[in-house]
Amino acid sequence: MIRIDGLSKRYAGADYFSVKEVSLHVKPQEIFGLLGPNGAGKTTLISVLCTQLAPTSGSFQIAGVSPETSTRLVQQQLGMVPQEYSLYPSLTAWENLMFFGSMNGVGKRLLKNRIEEELDSLGLATFAHKRIQTFSGGMKRRVNLIAGILHKPKVLFLDEPTVGVDVQSKQVILKKIEALNKAGTTLVYTSHHLNEAEDLCSSIAIMDQGSILCQGAPKDLIREAGVTNLEALFLLKTGKALRDYA
Amino acid sequence: MHKLWAAARKEAQLLRRDLGGLAILFVMPIVLVVTITLIQDSSFKSISQLEIPILWVDLDQGPIAAQVLTGLKASEAFVISEDSNEDIAAQLVRQGDYKLALVIPEGLSEELKEKVTGKVDATLATFGIAETVDSIPESEATSTQEIKLYFDPVTQQTFKNSVKNGIDKLIAQVESEMIYQAFETALNEGETSSTSFAEEPFIAYKEITMGHSEASDDHTLNSAQHNVPAWALFAIFFIIVPLSVNMVKEKGQGTFARLQAAPVSYLTLLGGKTIVYISVCLLQFLLMLLIGRFLFPVIGLPQLDIANRWFLLFFVALCAGFAAIGLGLLLGTLANTQEQAAPFGATFVVILAALGGVWVPVFVMPPFMQALSKLSPMNWGLNAFYEVFLRQGAWQQLLPDIGLLLGFFIITTGIAVVYHRKQHRI
Repeated sequence: MIRIDGLSKRYAGADYFSVKEVSLHVKPQEIFGLLGPNGAGKTTLISVLCTQLAPTSGSFQIAGVSPETSTRLVQQQLGMVPQEYSLYPSLTAWENLMFFGSMNGVGKRLLKNRIEEELDSLGLATFAHKRIQTFSGGMKRRVNLIAGILHKPKVLFLDEPTVGVDVQSKQVILKKIEALNKAGTTLVYTSHHLNEAEDLCSSIAIMDQGSILCQGAPKDLIREAGVTNLEALFLLKTGKALRDYA
Repeated sequence: MHKLWAAARKEAQLLRRDLGGLAILFVMPIVLVVTITLIQDSSFKSISQLEIPILWVDLDQGPIAAQVLTGLKASEAFVISEDSNEDIAAQLVRQGDYKLALVIPEGLSEELKEKVTGKVDATLATFGIAETVDSIPESEATSTQEIKLYFDPVTQQTFKNSVKNGIDKLIAQVESEMIYQAFETALNEGETSSTSFAEEPFIAYKEITMGHSEASDDHTLNSAQHNVPAWALFAIFFIIVPLSVNMVKEKGQGTFARLQAAPVSYLTLLGGKTIVYISVCLLQFLLMLLIGRFLFPVIGLPQLDIANRWFLLFFVALCAGFAAIGLGLLLGTLANTQEQAAPFGATFVVILAALGGVWVPVFVMPPFMQALSKLSPMNWGLNAFYEVFLRQGAWQQLLPDIGLLLGFFIITTGIAVVYHRKQHRI
């Protein structure tokens, strides 16, 4: 579903690559975990795959379409749930969702039905016409998720979708992610919650300093490394040094 | 089209929720146009309409001083107070109580009469009509009497010149009248004829203000005809501040990044903004016209004369709105922070306004600034408004300026789109 070949990204003015010669293959209907410490290059890689940033070199395809062929076609295949809330604070949840759904090409009538459905499934139906600025962090995260799935994308990129939320909201979000996957959506997911990733992902890649350190099924990788869990594998691969960047 | 209207609807919702922004867009221009028009109203009137307070000191007490005073009163340009002491008058002007004190020197009437009589006698003697001219000593014949004008330092040179010219004209009139009377008396041997000195000038002026139609001579530039279009343009262009800040906010909120991953073109997003902000521009303009038409006469300002040219006026406002929005879209695309967009936008609009002739008409600027003013889109807009308001111009006269405004919109929006594509090219 996603094929990445030797992809690199260096920001203008930077003297290092944020993403360095990355090659990956994500199978259809997989939940793929992209893990790594802060500054590893996960968000940059997702931004490139979501066509928000141009790669410095290398190529990729989503559902068999390359952005070099048609950026618009690639964009039609994907959905994105960014790490930031990425919503208009002064608009209501309904207004935000109507706007983002329309921008993804969903017709008005269908869009209204889907918004009602998704708000209901994520426990936000009664808050549909409240402004986002009045929402708690967990509520914003849920609206943020809905905004990325209204057009039923084939591939959904989730950049730390459960960061900063309470346990209840986290459970609702994770259940929704699993439901989306069962419905046929391929998911690429980043998180610092390694237990969550171990439970959720069918395949993972650990990234550090722009490069992929290892990739495969979590259980296989843990067994091969001779460690007990994903956190131990993560520390083994990336080390214990603090990753402070300025 | 669905995406374009959805984008426009979102912009309208955002704007509706931003009460502070709406106040800036609608209240600020009203306050500006009323305040500036009240301030500038007098500078658009001729000197004769102003009624400036002056102090009259008559040390002559003769017919000349009386005639000058009558002339000054007849002009209705001044509110005249009288005093008998030159030093006190000078002190009052120094204090700023009066803009001008006019001191007529002692013996002016008598001396002028003597000089005129002497000159007339001398002239007649050369023709052999009068007997002698020895009665006038040479020293007296060449001495000059001074009418003193004490000016407040705040008065401008143009005002001083106008007053001096006006008094010169009055004195010359009195002098001519005396010469005429002296000739009459000499030639009629002491008797004046029944033919009095013609008060009506033989040569008069007819003022014709040139426009494109015969009706145009009624439409001269007054404070309303200048300030309403000028400050409406300022308000229209000020829209670049909220528009560019709106775009920068989207970058900061992450909503813009989300839209970059969606199958929607940048041009569609800009189109949504354009639809809403152009509507705001037209509403602002309507509000300004209504203020000029209905509020100005109530507060003692000249009424804005629209002369049934609503359609052309709105067309000019539409083109000016497009130019302003193009600039706003470009600034919003280039700027990364609100700190870049807001101060730059506001300052740039003020510069464009100054250059464009919003504050000071372009024709009074130095030649270099007049040339530079042609680069300001506000100047193109103001010219187009003058064309409609004052010269009664039709479509063909408007074409050059509205062409520039629309061209400016296309170029600035084009640069914004190209820059965005370059920044985010995949």
